[in-house]
Order: sequence, then C-alpha cells, then structure tokens
Amino acid sequence: MTDLTKLSLADARKGLKDKSFTALELTDAYIGAIEKANPSLNAYVATTPEQARDMAKSSDAKLAQGQGGTLEGIPLGIKDLFGTKGVHTQAASHILDGFKPEYESTVTSNLWRDGAVMLGKLNMDEFAMGSSNETSYYGPVVSPFRAEGSNANLVPGGSSGGSAAAVSAWLCAAATATDTGGSIRQPAAFTGTVGIKPTYGRCSRWGVVAFASSLDQAGPIARTVEDAAIMMTSMAGFDPKDSTSVDLPVPDFAAAVERGVKGLTIGVPKEYRMDGMPAEIEKLWSQGLEWLKAEGATVKDISLPHTKYALPAYYIVAPAEASSNLARYDGVKYGLRISGKDITDQYELTRAAGFGREVKRRIMIGTYVLSAGYFDAYYVKAQKVRTLIKKDFEDAFHAGVDAILTPATPSAAFGIGDEALASDPVAMYLNDIFTVTVNMAGLPGIAVPAGKDGNGLPLGLQLIGKPFDEETLFAAARVIEKSAGEDFAPRQWW
Amino acid sequence: MSVDAATVKRIGRLARIRIEEDEVAGYQNELNAILGFVEQLAEINVDGVEAMTSVTPMTLRRRDDVVSDGGYAEKIVSNAPLTEDNFFMVPKVVE
Repeated sequence: MTDLTKLSLADARKGLKDKSFTALELTDAYIGAIEKANPSLNAYVATTPEQARDMAKSSDAKLAQGQGGTLEGIPLGIKDLFGTKGVHTQAASHILDGFKPEYESTVTSNLWRDGAVMLGKLNMDEFAMGSSNETSYYGPVVSPFRAEGSNANLVPGGSSGGSAAAVSAWLCAAATATDTGGSIRQPAAFTGTVGIKPTYGRCSRWGVVAFASSLDQAGPIARTVEDAAIMMTSMAGFDPKDSTSVDLPVPDFAAAVERGVKGLTIGVPKEYRMDGMPAEIEKLWSQGLEWLKAEGATVKDISLPHTKYALPAYYIVAPAEASSNLARYDGVKYGLRISGKDITDQYELTRAAGFGREVKRRIMIGTYVLSAGYFDAYYVKAQKVRTLIKKDFEDAFHAGVDAILTPATPSAAFGIGDEALASDPVAMYLNDIFTVTVNMAGLPGIAVPAGKDGNGLPLGLQLIGKPFDEETLFAAARVIEKSAGEDFAPRQWW
Repeated sequence: MSVDAATVKRIGRLARIRIEEDEVAGYQNELNAILGFVEQLAEINVDGVEAMTSVTPMTLRRRDDVVSDGGYAEKIVSNAPLTEDNFFMVPKVVE
C-alpha cells in the first residue's frame, strides 16, 4: 500500500469515502510515523494513540454507512494551546504542569463534531511567545528541513513550530495553530506549508489559552491551500461563549480555492521593501506578482505609511495583554506550586520557577507599560497607532485593492541556538515584521510556499485580505501554489 | 525612557515574579532594549486619533442575567495543587 501519511487531507478524505483504506489504517500510519520521527523532531509534546484509535473506529463505523462529517477519519495534530478535555494542555509551559482541562475548546470541538481524529498535542513556543519554537519548556522543535549539504538543525519557526513541523513531516494530515503576531504564517513559510490566520472573530477563542486577547486568532496549517480551506471551514463559526466571536455565516472556503484571480487588484505596499532585504526575497515577491498577473490580476502600488510602527506598537499591546492574561497562573488553581513563607512568596516563587525567560520578560514589559504614570505614554499611544495602522489598510481597500501581496518572512529558517538572535531580543522579534501588521488590524492573512532560497529552504509569500474575505486569499494563494508548481516536501532524514 | 535596577525589582514585585539579585542586570538590559525599540513611536503624531478598543467594529453582546452554567465545583478544583472540600487551599492570609 502507498504511504497513507503522504496523502493530502483532500485525497485522504477521498480514499476514506471510496473505502480504499480505513480511518484506523490511516490513523495507525500516522501513529507509526510519529513514533519514528518524534525523538528527532520533537513536534509532539503528548500523543493520544488510544484515543486516536477509538475516534478512528467510530469514524469507520460512520463511513461504512456512507455517513460522517467533512473531516471524518482525518488524523490531526492540535497545538498545545487548545484546551482538550482530559488531555495534556500546557501551552508548552512548566507552570501548567499536569494540567488536563475539564472542557474542550470550541475550535477543537468543531473539528471532532466533523469527525476528525486527534493524534496528540503539538509543541510550541511557551504561551505562544516566540518565533523559533525555542522557548518551549519541552525543548525546541527541529525543522524537517535542512540546508543542502548540511546536517545542522534548523528552527521550524514559531510559535506554532510543532504544528508546522508535524504537517510538513507527515506526522498529521493537518494541524491547528494560533497566530498573535505571525505564529501561523512564519512557521508555515519556514516549512513549505500553508497557514492562514483568519479575520479576528472568525474562530472562537473560547478554551484556547490566552496570550494577547485582542490579537489572538486560531487557524490551520496544512500541506495544500485546499487542505487549509477544508480545515478553516470546520474550525470557524460563531460561538456565544467568545464575546468577540463574529456572528457571520461560514462559507465553504474550499469552494473558493479554484476561483482564480481574474479581475482582482493586488496591492504591493512599498513600505514592505525593507532596507537590506535579501535579493532572493525580492525576486520571490516579483515572481509572485507575475504569477498573479498572468492569471488576470492587476497589480497596483500602494502605501501603508504606518507599517514600520506596527512591530513597536505590538511590543506594547501584546505584552500588556499578556501580563494581564497570565496573572491567573499563581500556583493556586492549577499547575505548578512552589510553597513559600506566605501567599505572596508562593506567587513569586511559583511564577519565577514556572515561566521561562521570554515569558517573564514579556510579563515584565507588560506590567511596566501598564503601571501608573506610564499607561498613557505607552499603552494608549500604541492603541492609537493601531488605529492608524488599520486605517492604512482601509484606505488601500477603499481605493479598490482586493488583496495585498508581501513576503511572509524576511529570510528563510535559521539555525537552532542562533547566537545573534539569542543575545538580542529585538532581533528575534523582527521575524514578524511582515506579519504583525495583519494582527494589529485584525485582518486575514495567508502564507503560501512560493520558492526556495539558495540552500533549498522554502520561502513563503503572504496575502492579506479584507475583513472576512478569506475566500479571496484562498483563491489567490492557490494561483501561487499552482504557478510555483514546486515540491515543498522535506527530504526525509529522520 | 529606560529602567534602572530599582525599577526592575519593582516591576518584578508588581508582576509577582521573584527576581534574584543576580538576574537584575540581565532583565534591565533586555527591558531597555525593548523599550528602546518601542521608543520610535514618539515620532508619530496621534493628536485627534482615537485609541483602538475593538479591532472589528462590533458592540459586545449582552445576555440575560441568569445562571447559565456551573454546579460542578469538583471540576473547577480538579486541577488545583491543594484542595479541601472543593475549596482551593492557600497559605494563611489573615492572622
């Protein structure tokens, strides 16, 4: 039999429907692949093989009767940020040691409702704070990609590094992920996968460990644009339990994938042409525009004047919200507790031991910018800048732009333990320079593999859309995927 | 703006994170690097600009003020490090 793990989600779905194989066979193939790969890649922090087999058997019963949901029998990996009932949910942090929620997040509930099978929980940067998956309490995820002629381990990006690595290395058919500043799109770009952060409010945040609530959105990482669209349709939807969830119908996103870009206007923001941008990124970007033009789109130069202020404003807003959200981890209600001489001592010791350095640094920045005397100068100012960033996009869309094309990341994947990045926190933050504007404005953004760098490492392009117009992003991303026509699979070394 | 060692310790106390003496200088450098980076926001004139409160134009929904969930204290405390009779146990706070 062919290797079932290599099938796209769409093809696996077809095979299940045609009874070419069973959900249990498909699930067992993934379980075997995970057992073999995880010691090398560290993509999963917990696996649930028994549960997976039970879910697969129940899918097989439905499929045998010609029934089942849109994801019936499809094995998925779930980022450790999503609350999964009775199963490891720690946001890859020490402070949530042993935490097994009594509830299921809305997004994962939607996936199980549609018949998906859970393989386990995926590694990530601690509390989704990072761009390399190196801040995880469970250690870094190793990218399935290596530079040509090199055995050096590379990062898969972050924070959804486990999701991206697992999807790329055939350790799940697709994965859930979350994106606060680029945490879906940057790892997708680094691993030759497709990742979409939908419009803020499209997916419920209920039951997902909160990082920065006004920026956090869930979305899928998948091996093809079509697979991402199928996942998105299942994950999205109105949820009264999330007050910022939007009560809009969810389109069948997969139906938009082959719609093409004829007649669309694609904006090219001049502010994304950064000083010192590598020539191969420039080339990739122009190539992407040529592909879209060849399929009937019009390209238009636009200006998003406040682009350069998005990242500094983000590093006020996100830590501020994080410092508030993470105040709940105090050693009383769940997770780690380090006893002290009194309750304050217990709080301080627990949080000092339970949080990693990057998380503590961000809580401290957030606490500082919210403290008396600094609130207006930092937080209020940043929220005003955010209004300006959003207006930049609104002006562009108002002037007739349907979607915006940019690079996804300033470079290809870098090495694990990169010293220049480790010594300067701001250097790591610059990874999100092209993606963070999208979160600040609440817009949808998709990363799609478009080419490779000189070392054979994948590079991605990003498309930014109007609020709730993910369909155009899927259609345009599909044109890029088809035009690139390249195989973005890693060469298996693990 | 930049922070000194005393401020680092004060932030640590406000954030309820114990900062050991030998960690202060490291945090001070890191926080100042980030504060230096965000300093560029000073260039922008935001006079008359409204601070964003909601990224999508929406008013928060309301629901009837009735109990709609609950009645499972044992589930609420099931992950706590120390409990007794469905209460969270903490060190004595009132003498």
